[in-house]
Amino acid sequence: MTVRRAAGGIGLLTLAVLAGVSLALVAAAPARAAVRSFSITFLRKTYHFNKEVLPSLLETHPADLGLSGSEEATSELNTAGRFIGWHFTLDVVTVPDGGNLAAAARRLLARGPRVIIADLKANDLLTLADLPAARNALILDMRTIDDSLRQQQCRANVFHILPSQAMRTDALAQYLVWKRWSRWFIIQGPTSGDAVYAADIRRSAARYGARVVADRTYSYNPGSRRSDTGYQQIQTQMPLATEVSGDYDVIFVADETDLFGDYLPYNTYAARPVVGTQGLVASAWTPAYQEYAALQMQQRFDLYAHRGMTERDYGGWLAVRIIGNAVMRAGLTAPLAMRKYLRSKGFLVAGYKGQGLTFRPWDNQLRQPVLLSTPLMTVSMSPQHGFLHPGYTTDTLGFDEPETKCNLGQ
Amino acid sequence: MQSWTMMGRRAALPLAALALCALAAQARASELFVSNEIDDTVTVLNGQTYQKIATIPTDERPRGIYASPDHKYVLVCDGDSSNIDVIDARTLKVVRRIETGPDPETLAMSPSGDRVYVSNENNALVTVIDFATGKWIKQIPVGIEPEGLAVSAHGRTVVVVSETTSMAHFIDTRTWRVVANILVDTRPRIAQFTRNQRYLWVSSEVGGTVSVIDPRTHRIVHVIDFHIPGVDREYIGPVGVRFTPDGRTAFVALGRANRVAVVDAQTYEVEKYILVGQRPWQIAFSPGHRRLFVVNGLTNDVTIIDVSSEEAVRSVPVGRLPWGIAVIP
Repeated sequence: MTVRRAAGGIGLLTLAVLAGVSLALVAAAPARAAVRSFSITFLRKTYHFNKEVLPSLLETHPADLGLSGSEEATSELNTAGRFIGWHFTLDVVTVPDGGNLAAAARRLLARGPRVIIADLKANDLLTLADLPAARNALILDMRTIDDSLRQQQCRANVFHILPSQAMRTDALAQYLVWKRWSRWFIIQGPTSGDAVYAADIRRSAARYGARVVADRTYSYNPGSRRSDTGYQQIQTQMPLATEVSGDYDVIFVADETDLFGDYLPYNTYAARPVVGTQGLVASAWTPAYQEYAALQMQQRFDLYAHRGMTERDYGGWLAVRIIGNAVMRAGLTAPLAMRKYLRSKGFLVAGYKGQGLTFRPWDNQLRQPVLLSTPLMTVSMSPQHGFLHPGYTTDTLGFDEPETKCNLGQ
Repeated sequence: MQSWTMMGRRAALPLAALALCALAAQARASELFVSNEIDDTVTVLNGQTYQKIATIPTDERPRGIYASPDHKYVLVCDGDSSNIDVIDARTLKVVRRIETGPDPETLAMSPSGDRVYVSNENNALVTVIDFATGKWIKQIPVGIEPEGLAVSAHGRTVVVVSETTSMAHFIDTRTWRVVANILVDTRPRIAQFTRNQRYLWVSSEVGGTVSVIDPRTHRIVHVIDFHIPGVDREYIGPVGVRFTPDGRTAFVALGRANRVAVVDAQTYEVEKYILVGQRPWQIAFSPGHRRLFVVNGLTNDVTIIDVSSEEAVRSVPVGRLPWGIAVIP
C-alpha cells in the first residue's frame, strides 16, 4: 500500500506558468482568515492489465487514469477555497493487484467515517461498502457502470457517478428510434458483463419500440490480432459472424472488454452501422466532447495531465466536485450529513452538460445526459428531443423509480 | 422592389417630412455587432432595417464583445488567439489588436474608456489593460472560468463571476484587491448592476436562478426562480440580464428554455416569458431602448423584441454560433 498526498493549488500555479503569465503582475490573493481543511480519500486498486489485449495501437492505458481527474478537481476546489477559507487534500491510497483491499480500507476507516472516492471494480467496491466501519462513510463510485450495483446490490453508503449499463443502452436506443433504425441485430461477447449489457439492449428495445431481429453470442479468439496477417483473419471472421438471414438496421454489440467489437465496422456482412460498446458508444465523457463549455474542461485537464480526459477521469473529477459542493455550499463535513444532502432537492452539481446533475434517491445514481460518440466526434446527446418524463427528462435513461430493485428511497 | 415602393410613398409626403428624411439619410443608423464564435467573424446589422452591412473577419473564437463608451470602437475577445480585435465602428475594419493573455472570454471597460477588463477563462485571471497603450496594468487571480464582468458606474468596483467556482468576485480598482467573494448558484454567467447601482444581479446558468446581491454588504438579498409551464427545470439556464432605463423591468435570457423572462425589478416577480430562438444567451437594447436584441446560439439568429409590447417581432440570421452583441448608436 502506498499513500501519496496530492497538493491542491499546485495545478493552478503550473497552469499560470505554462501559460506564460508574468507572475510579477499577479496580485496577491486576499489574506486568508481561518482556513479549515477537508481531506478526501482516493482509494484505488491497480488491477493487472494486459496491454496486448488493446486492439488498437492508438489506445493507451495511462497509470493516472481517473486519479488525474480527481487531482485536477481538488486544485479547482482549492481555487474556490482560497477565497472562502477552505483547503482540500486528496489522500491517495493504492492497493496493488492481489493486495488486501479490506485490510487497507479498515486501516483507513479506523479513524472514523470518511469520504472515499472509490476507483474500484464492482466486487472490491462491495467489499469496501460492506465493511462495518464503512457503514457511516460516504463512498463515491467513480468507476463502475454495473447495473447490479444500482439494483439488487445497491448500498446506502455508495453513490454512483457514471451512467449504468442500462442508461447507456437507453441513450443509444432513443437515438436509434429517433433515426428510425429500429431493427437491431445483437452480437453479445462471452463475459457476464456482456450478458447484462445484451439484456439491457433487449430491455431498451421493448421500452422504445425497437425490434431485435437477430441475437447472437460470439466468442472471438484474440490470439491472432497482433500478428502480421491479423487483418486477413478478421476480414474473413467478421463477415461470418455477422451473416444472418433477415435484414437489420444496425448491429448492437455487447463487448465490454473490447475483444472483437472494434473489428466490426467495415467488416460486417451487410453494410450496416455498429453501435453499442463499440462503434457509436454511449458514455458520460469523451476527450472529443466540447459542447456546453466542455472545451474549457478539456483544455484545463490537458494542461494538468498532458493527455485527453477520459470517462474515468471525468468520474474522478465529478466525484471531487460533488464533495466540494457539500462542503463549501452546504457547509457539511460529516459523511452521513453529506449523504443526506446529496439525496436532497438542495443538491445540484455542474458537469458540462448544460444542466444541473442530481442523484436519484431510489438508487443513488447520478442523473445525467449521456453522450453518443465515435472516437473523434460527439454524434448526439440523449435524452433525445421528444422523450418525455413527468419528473426529470434524464430519468428516461436507466432504471426509473417504478422499475427499481433498490428502493433506497423508502 | 419594396424599397422603391417606399421611396415613391415618401416622395408624396409634405416638405417637412422630406427634410427629416434627408437628415436621417445623412446620419448613419445605429448598428448591431454580433460575434460569431464558430465563424470567426462579427456580423454587422443595420439598427433600423436589420440588413447585414458587413461581415468582419476576426481572430479565432470571438465571444465577448463590447462597445467603447465613446462609441468609436467595438472590442471583441478572440479566445483562441489571446487577443482583442478593436473594430473601428465607422470603417468597420479591425484597426488594432491588443494582447490579453490566454483565452480571453469576455471584457468590459471603465466608464471613461481608459481601461479594459478581460476575463481569462483558462487561467482564472482578470487582466487589466490600459486601452491607449495596450499595456497590462494588473492581473488578478479569481475563480475558475471567469466570465461576465460588471463595472460600477463610478468605476471603483469591478465584479467578475467565475463559472466553475460559482462566485461573484468584487475587485477594488484602487487597490486591485479582491474585497469580497460571494458564492452564488451553480455556473454564474453574467453580472449586471441595476440602473441605480443599488444591487447587482448575477445569473446562474446551471443553478437556474438569478441572485440579487447588495454590493454594500456583499450579501445575497434575493434569489429569483423561474417556472415555465411545460418546460423542465433542467432546461432553464439564465444568462443575459438587462434593465430598462427606468430600472423597473429586467429582461433575462433563459438559455435552453428558449425564452426571455420579463422580471419586475422591484418585486422580483416574473411577469412574462417571451418565446425566442434556441438557446438565447446575450441580450442588448437598441439605443432608444425600444427594442431588445436576443442572440440565439443554436438557431444562428437574433430575435428582436418590442420592449413596450414585450413581444418578439422578428428574427434576423447572423453567423454560426452567435455569442455576444454590442450596439453602436
